[in-house]
Amino acid sequence: MKISRLLKTVFMIDFVTGLLIAIKETFKAKKTINYPFEKGSLGTRSRGEHALRRYPNGEERCIACKLCEAVCPAQAITIESKERDDGSRKTVRYDIDMLKCIYCGLCEESCPVDAIVQGPNFEFATETREELYYTKEKLLENGDRWENILAANIKADSSHR
Amino acid sequence: MDSYFSILFTEVYKILFLLVPVLVSVAMIVWLDRRVWAFVQKRRGPNVVGPFGLFQSLADALKYIFKEIIIPASSNKFVFVLAPVVTMTLALISWAVIPFGEDFVLADINVGILYLFAVSSLGVYGIIMGGWASNSKYPFLGAIRSAAQMVSYEVSIGVIIINVLLCVGSLNLSDIVMAQQNLWFVIPLFPMFVIFFISALAETNRPPFDLPEAEAELVAGYQTEYSGMMYAMFWLGEYANILLMCAMGAVLFLGGWLSPIDIFPFNDIPGPFWLIFKILFLFILFALVKATVPRYRYDQLMKLGWKIFLPFSLFYVVLTSSFLLYFDLLPGK
Repeated sequence: MKISRLLKTVFMIDFVTGLLIAIKETFKAKKTINYPFEKGSLGTRSRGEHALRRYPNGEERCIACKLCEAVCPAQAITIESKERDDGSRKTVRYDIDMLKCIYCGLCEESCPVDAIVQGPNFEFATETREELYYTKEKLLENGDRWENILAANIKADSSHR
Repeated sequence: MDSYFSILFTEVYKILFLLVPVLVSVAMIVWLDRRVWAFVQKRRGPNVVGPFGLFQSLADALKYIFKEIIIPASSNKFVFVLAPVVTMTLALISWAVIPFGEDFVLADINVGILYLFAVSSLGVYGIIMGGWASNSKYPFLGAIRSAAQMVSYEVSIGVIIINVLLCVGSLNLSDIVMAQQNLWFVIPLFPMFVIFFISALAETNRPPFDLPEAEAELVAGYQTEYSGMMYAMFWLGEYANILLMCAMGAVLFLGGWLSPIDIFPFNDIPGPFWLIFKILFLFILFALVKATVPRYRYDQLMKLGWKIFLPFSLFYVVLTSSFLLYFDLLPGK
């Protein structure tokens, strides 16, 4: 062992240097955000909680084509459809089992009328499992609540579709 | 009969007056440990529960209390349950002899340092019992490692303490503090202080010597089969031990309750506060070391203990005693 190396070991130069660096880093700005109080930015394609959208006149977009049900790899979506009085085909049941869902975004991609979308909300934890079996009403309500952001996201992303 | 009970109650009162603050500070120290660790890594650490996240440990403890205690079917149930109790009890009874100030000590016994040393050596039993009674491979290996490690480093701590005792001439902890009125032992015995600090890290199974619970190899070491409040008791005992080691370092080398300089604003602060400041200083060093240094390999750990620390501290004993003898400074003459 070289003398310089030995002296370095005996006086723990490396250790003390490391400790000083650690102390210096302590006073630097944090790299993490203070999560529940401040939030990071989300991309326009972020895949969070699902929502069913409506047209501006209040009509449901979904035409019950069941493409999303077919494409869903986790088979989380269940749709039942019926002809309405005016002859248009609409869903009577649109359920998503959020516990099965893997948030892959294929339903959104397969939808021909931009009805089912995944919104920016990712904080929908519940205390019971039952609350995560989303029904059509819940999904439509989500759509109404997040419509501004959803429309803006789809518009921002439209050139890539 | 009456006098018997009055003595009993005053003693119980005194013990509670010591133990409750110790337990509360153990909870706070866990929080401090996590915060320092987070700050070094530029994270925030627990900062939500209570002001600055101070009550995080209480929330954790509450969670542990409500968790189920799982006792493995093949374990030795009596020893399995006894192990965390032993660890925690031994970690707490050592606090009896720590002097917080002049005449502010629960048991001012003449062999204080020996008592402290004996009790902290017994601490290894809790770990061995836990590891053996689990009847499982990882806890068993963890317990073996821990036993070997603690025994090795206790030897060098013992020799380091001899250095201090040579300068004091008494085993009483209050006398040890009073002997440092003119000069803290950290200055003449600085190399011993460094070795004591490192040995204390190894003694309390702190990183970089946390081999008994090296999660990459042994899952969680001797704690693997423990859950709920029993795990929490191990955890409390471990941190109480760390705090005790810091207190021991403060008393032996940093002048205990004495103020650093004997001038007005400093010597007006009561002694216990000085001791707490010193314990905190040492603990923050512990936490910083945890955040910076990678874990040792097991053979390196043993080599450091037996081949470097033990010979060096023995050499220093000879050096100290010859110095004291030559300059006629031996105490008690």
